[in-house]
Amino acid sequence: MTLSKRGRTVRNAIYCVLVYLFLFLPIAVVVAGSFNATESRPYLTWKGFSLMWYQRLFDGSQAALMEAFGHTMLIALTSTLLSTVIGTLVAVGMYRYRFRGKALIDALLYVPVVIPEIVMGISLLVLFAQAQVPRGMLTLVIAHTTFCIPFVVFNVRARLAGYDVSVEEASLDLGANRVQTFWNITVPVLAPGIGAGALLAFTLSIDDVIISYFVNGKTSVFPLKVMESIKMGVPPSVNALSAILLLFTVIFVVLTQSDLLSRHRSE
Amino acid sequence: MGKRLRGETLAAFTMVAPAALWLFVFVAVPLIYVLGLSFCGQDEFGNAVFEFTTKNYANLLNADYLQIYLRSVLIAGATTALCVAVGYPFAYIIARTSSRHKSVFYMLVIIPFWTNSLVRVYGWKTFFSGTGWLSSVLMGLGLIDAPIDLLYTTPMTVFGMVYCLFPYMVLPLYSAIEKLDGSLIEASADLGARRSETFLRVILPLTSSGIFSGSIMVFIPCLGYFFVSDILGGGNADMIGNLIERQFQSANNWPLGAALSIMLILITIVLVRAYQRMGGDMDALGV
Amino acid sequence: MNEKIIVDVSHVDKYYGDNHVVSDMNLKVREGEFLTLLGSSGCGKTTTLRMIAGFEDPTSGEICIEGNPVAGKAPFERNVNTVFQSYALFPHMTIFDNVAYGLRIAKVPKADIATRVSDILELVQLEGFERRYPAQLSGGQKQRVAIARALVMHPTVLLLDEPLGALDLKLRKQMQLELKRLQRKLGITFVYVTHDQEEAMTMSDRIAVMHDGVLDQLGTPEEIYERPQTKFVATFIGETNIFEGCVNEVDTTKRISVGLENGNVTVAPQEGFRFGEFVTISVRPEKLRVSLEPREGFSLYGVVRDYIYVGSVIKCNVVLPNSNEVRFERLAGDELPKPGEVVFPYWEPDDCVLIHNRDNELYTALESIRLV
Repeated sequence: MTLSKRGRTVRNAIYCVLVYLFLFLPIAVVVAGSFNATESRPYLTWKGFSLMWYQRLFDGSQAALMEAFGHTMLIALTSTLLSTVIGTLVAVGMYRYRFRGKALIDALLYVPVVIPEIVMGISLLVLFAQAQVPRGMLTLVIAHTTFCIPFVVFNVRARLAGYDVSVEEASLDLGANRVQTFWNITVPVLAPGIGAGALLAFTLSIDDVIISYFVNGKTSVFPLKVMESIKMGVPPSVNALSAILLLFTVIFVVLTQSDLLSRHRSE
Repeated sequence: MGKRLRGETLAAFTMVAPAALWLFVFVAVPLIYVLGLSFCGQDEFGNAVFEFTTKNYANLLNADYLQIYLRSVLIAGATTALCVAVGYPFAYIIARTSSRHKSVFYMLVIIPFWTNSLVRVYGWKTFFSGTGWLSSVLMGLGLIDAPIDLLYTTPMTVFGMVYCLFPYMVLPLYSAIEKLDGSLIEASADLGARRSETFLRVILPLTSSGIFSGSIMVFIPCLGYFFVSDILGGGNADMIGNLIERQFQSANNWPLGAALSIMLILITIVLVRAYQRMGGDMDALGV
Repeated sequence: MNEKIIVDVSHVDKYYGDNHVVSDMNLKVREGEFLTLLGSSGCGKTTTLRMIAGFEDPTSGEICIEGNPVAGKAPFERNVNTVFQSYALFPHMTIFDNVAYGLRIAKVPKADIATRVSDILELVQLEGFERRYPAQLSGGQKQRVAIARALVMHPTVLLLDEPLGALDLKLRKQMQLELKRLQRKLGITFVYVTHDQEEAMTMSDRIAVMHDGVLDQLGTPEEIYERPQTKFVATFIGETNIFEGCVNEVDTTKRISVGLENGNVTVAPQEGFRFGEFVTISVRPEKLRVSLEPREGFSLYGVVRDYIYVGSVIKCNVVLPNSNEVRFERLAGDELPKPGEVVFPYWEPDDCVLIHNRDNELYTALESIRLV
């Protein structure tokens, strides 16, 4: 109970290591599994180290998986772009202007954040069925954009909290028009918030299982491909693909981290 | 002046209208549809037909369902409690460390998100299954004789839920704890309080907002994370989410699924209202 | 004045990594005095205070409170209390609960808590504020609560870390007087940290001037002002003219003559200064005089540049040949030389302070090859 300062530091460090272990252990299992030379379901027994599953990703034998993965990436990029544009605009607009119905928009923004994803998923399913929109890429992009918008808005809004509108007025005063001002002043100042929002949107999109599950129709996406195969045993090519994706995201974030991390530090 | 005002109105419209329209069409309208659907009946092919009926809501009281609701609430409650118990000390340590690598510790909580949650849950399945890692290691060490299979139990479902939702608890806790002014802790110690007293009287009350928002962000999604109970609970731990999923994907009883969803929405509204009552900040839910 | 030592800091060093924040600190605080640690930011004054409070441990050395070493004792085991720079009021508690906090922890009976809290709130003129929350108070009121919360514990020593730093000038002046009166009335030892030399002069019985982790000088406000022992102390406290030079004649009965870049000057004879030594001379603007004729013992001259009128006094700048400026002050109404006129600065030999200049680079260089 009465540990010395040093004792406490050691205890804390051990605790944190255990928690990180908990967070990363399944990822380590997945990555390790990607090097498994096994050929037979359920692909659990270790048959030695091999890169064969990585090779197979690119030799055409995993076409269905790669197609699903391609869809996932396309959906993530499109919905990130859409939600970032729409979310940034509305965050700035709501910060700057008063108008009727603002409280309603605010309330609608919180809905996708607080209601369980499954409700979001079935409600969109019902909408698309009712409107007879064929389910596929379009509905997936719409669904992902919908749940990403609020997260972009919140991030931009956090950045707006310390934003001085007079810089925009100065820009207008110096002869720039509204569009120029938005591009040259507003966007760069809010960039860290927009960037964080976009990254979060992308993350949420590639991570989403539940909503995609209800609106994908016959279009296969990566998480659902995994879900289908889970009962039978997931081929290590899925592990390999996950490992590659993780590597890319980590590299991307390390390259851009200065911005994002300083945002968290200053908060 | 008139031109200027028109310019302002146009600008406001351009900025707000896309989001307003989007949210209306893809958030408000679908929920209204679900509400309507929950009062619909079915024809002989299982298609929903409108005939204002409350029988779907009456069906919610089915004894089997009641058991599932109870289990859902217990699992979600246990998940939330475990997330607080494990997450609070963890968030406290990383939020109050003076290490230069603090931001790295923070990022390490987010990185797991970049591997699909389904894939990670599958990772645990591999780890815990009878032929999996844990069994092999324990057998290798001679601690057990036969493979143990920990899968398909309710505690396993809770474990998976805690795993998936843990960051949603840690992040709001982290921001609440980081905001805490360190001189308050010093002032408390200076006035004679031991560490435990300082924790109960100063630290906990001042960071409770983080516990509340974390709990909201864990408890509510937990009710709907059907794939976790599917994969790790193996159907032995059905939750409301599984029930809804089944109505839409296999049982083809959309009106009943809609009624179940409305119930989930009502639970959400009650919890969020309570959260706001306690002074919770809605923006804290969007980490 | 009571001579009992209540806090004894002896040979204390503090490092943060390689950063030597406090070096060989020796400080004896007397019972009942108002002692101020004065210095610019980063000089180690707050660290010293925090080591006394128990928030930091000295890297080496010892701190005794009431004669007992306190090494390893947590803040709550020391009978000292701190008033924090940011006030550190618990935002979720009322003023009453804030002030009662320490008493409740100490399990003081309820009735006693009520009387003690209301007594102390009366003392700091905050009766009637018990039910409010910190966010509903002004800066000055928060400050009083912070002081009351510490004082209610009857500490042997009250430590104050720049407690008035966040207040505006007028309120700060008022609180300075109030704090001083409060301290007199209660007779509690105050150790006060500030970077504001005027504040230190107004309130303290003694001032400890710190600079780069070193205690430069400890003395009464008068001693610090009139007889600074280092160049830093001379320049930090009040305004002064600094001249650097070399002793070129020592006559222990009559005078010491110092050669400066711009000429020679004379100072009163004193022990401990040798021929050839590097020295710094500090002359306060109110002590510096100018003459239209050269004075004996002084060969400085300069040109009057301009005047600044500051109410009752006039400040005058004189440019020396090496383009350094010196400043002198006169009462408004005195007759003054005109801008552009050549004047001869001088002072009464007793009116200046002579300081060993050991941080002179040339001196250090010479010392290293044992020439001095």
